[in-house]
Amino acid sequence: MKSLFIHPSPSLARLLSLIVGALLIMVMDHQYRQLETLRAVLSVAVYPLQVIVNAPVQAVHSLMSSVATRQALEDENEKLRVQNLLLKSRLQKFSALESENKHLRELLDSSVHLGEKVLVADVLGAQGDVEAAQMTLNKGSQHGVYLGQPLVDAEGVMGQVIHVAPFTSVAMLITHPNHALPVQFNRTGVRAIAVGTGNDAVLELNYVPVTADVRVGDLITTSGLGGRFPAGYPVGEVTKVSRESGSPFAKISAAPSARLGRSQQVLLVWPASGPAAVAGLSESLFYAP
Amino acid sequence: MAIPAWRGGVIAASFVVALMLTAMPLPTWGVAWRPAWVAMVLIYWAMALPDRVGMFTGFVLGLLVDVIEVNQSAVLGQHALGLGIITYLVVSHHRRLRVFPLGQQAVVIGGLLLGYMALNGAILMAVGQPPNPWRLILPALTSALLWPWLFIILRDLRRRARLS
Repeated sequence: MKSLFIHPSPSLARLLSLIVGALLIMVMDHQYRQLETLRAVLSVAVYPLQVIVNAPVQAVHSLMSSVATRQALEDENEKLRVQNLLLKSRLQKFSALESENKHLRELLDSSVHLGEKVLVADVLGAQGDVEAAQMTLNKGSQHGVYLGQPLVDAEGVMGQVIHVAPFTSVAMLITHPNHALPVQFNRTGVRAIAVGTGNDAVLELNYVPVTADVRVGDLITTSGLGGRFPAGYPVGEVTKVSRESGSPFAKISAAPSARLGRSQQVLLVWPASGPAAVAGLSESLFYAP
Repeated sequence: MAIPAWRGGVIAASFVVALMLTAMPLPTWGVAWRPAWVAMVLIYWAMALPDRVGMFTGFVLGLLVDVIEVNQSAVLGQHALGLGIITYLVVSHHRRLRVFPLGQQAVVIGGLLLGYMALNGAILMAVGQPPNPWRLILPALTSALLWPWLFIILRDLRRRARLS
């Protein structure tokens, strides 16, 4: 029997224990990364909701493609045929280079880099929201996704996985202020660290000496140092170089080459390490030339 | 008197819908305008049925929001803290809130949500991800504007389910 007039007054003690509990969870999550299991459990709980709300988006996409005119389809088909031809011809050259590279590396007795295995993932939820530079993907540990896994699109490196749940994962983009990526300049081989700025069009390149040869328009690629990102993926293009007297390092900005926030689909990469990855050779197509 | 399960389920269902609205994809320009759906629905139930929906509900919902809203939550527990505090404030003032005219209620709740967003902003700042201030102000604004409609819908739902 419910009392008519006396409503429960929430106790201050419970509020305090709630605040302490929440703070504890936050510290454990942020400082020690102890709560990945809890996060995974919660992610599984909300996964059906995410699938349901994304279903209309997928439906509209498939509807759009099913009501496309014959002319539009033929045009697109033609365009893709041409593109395919171009890519194939490039790939021919590339595989010749790759085998040559492999032979040379064998001669040098150094480790052999081969093609990576990739998996296409869809972006769930707020697409295009790059300001906070995180996104949820529809692939998780059930598909073999692991913590720290690199993420690319057709144009370049996008980011890495920071949380893994069974069916979903969360990735941090390279423009996130907490993200740093070891890179090198393609033309000169000078190494640097590309740090996110929170702005989706700007990366900062740190630790480049003022005397280094860097020009606007230089391509930067992953250097493979740090062991997390495979070497050779394009990262961006230098947009601004300023050398201040008195400072040992140049101030360099770059524009990311990946279409951050505009990609509906991204590629998860399993970097090749050792002979187990040989099977993924055909996937080298995804190397942007 | 025992309340049939489906009637209690109305509350849970409204929370599920609120979570879905939070996870719904929006065009880029719309993301910053997304109202704090879960907080609004939680405020309504905490005001209308303070002995059924309390701080613990707020805390658990907050954890779910932390997982869904990856772009606004940097750490787990962030929204759990905010929603827990909101529930406490609403439950302890529910009698006063109930008698406010709808417009005044909307203003008060807009202010409450602004505080919630400010707390989120402070936590984001503390972990080194300073947010764009508009992304904190606009949700509070749209929530306040939508409050009267949400209030009427949920009140109707509550009366139909004869929950009191």
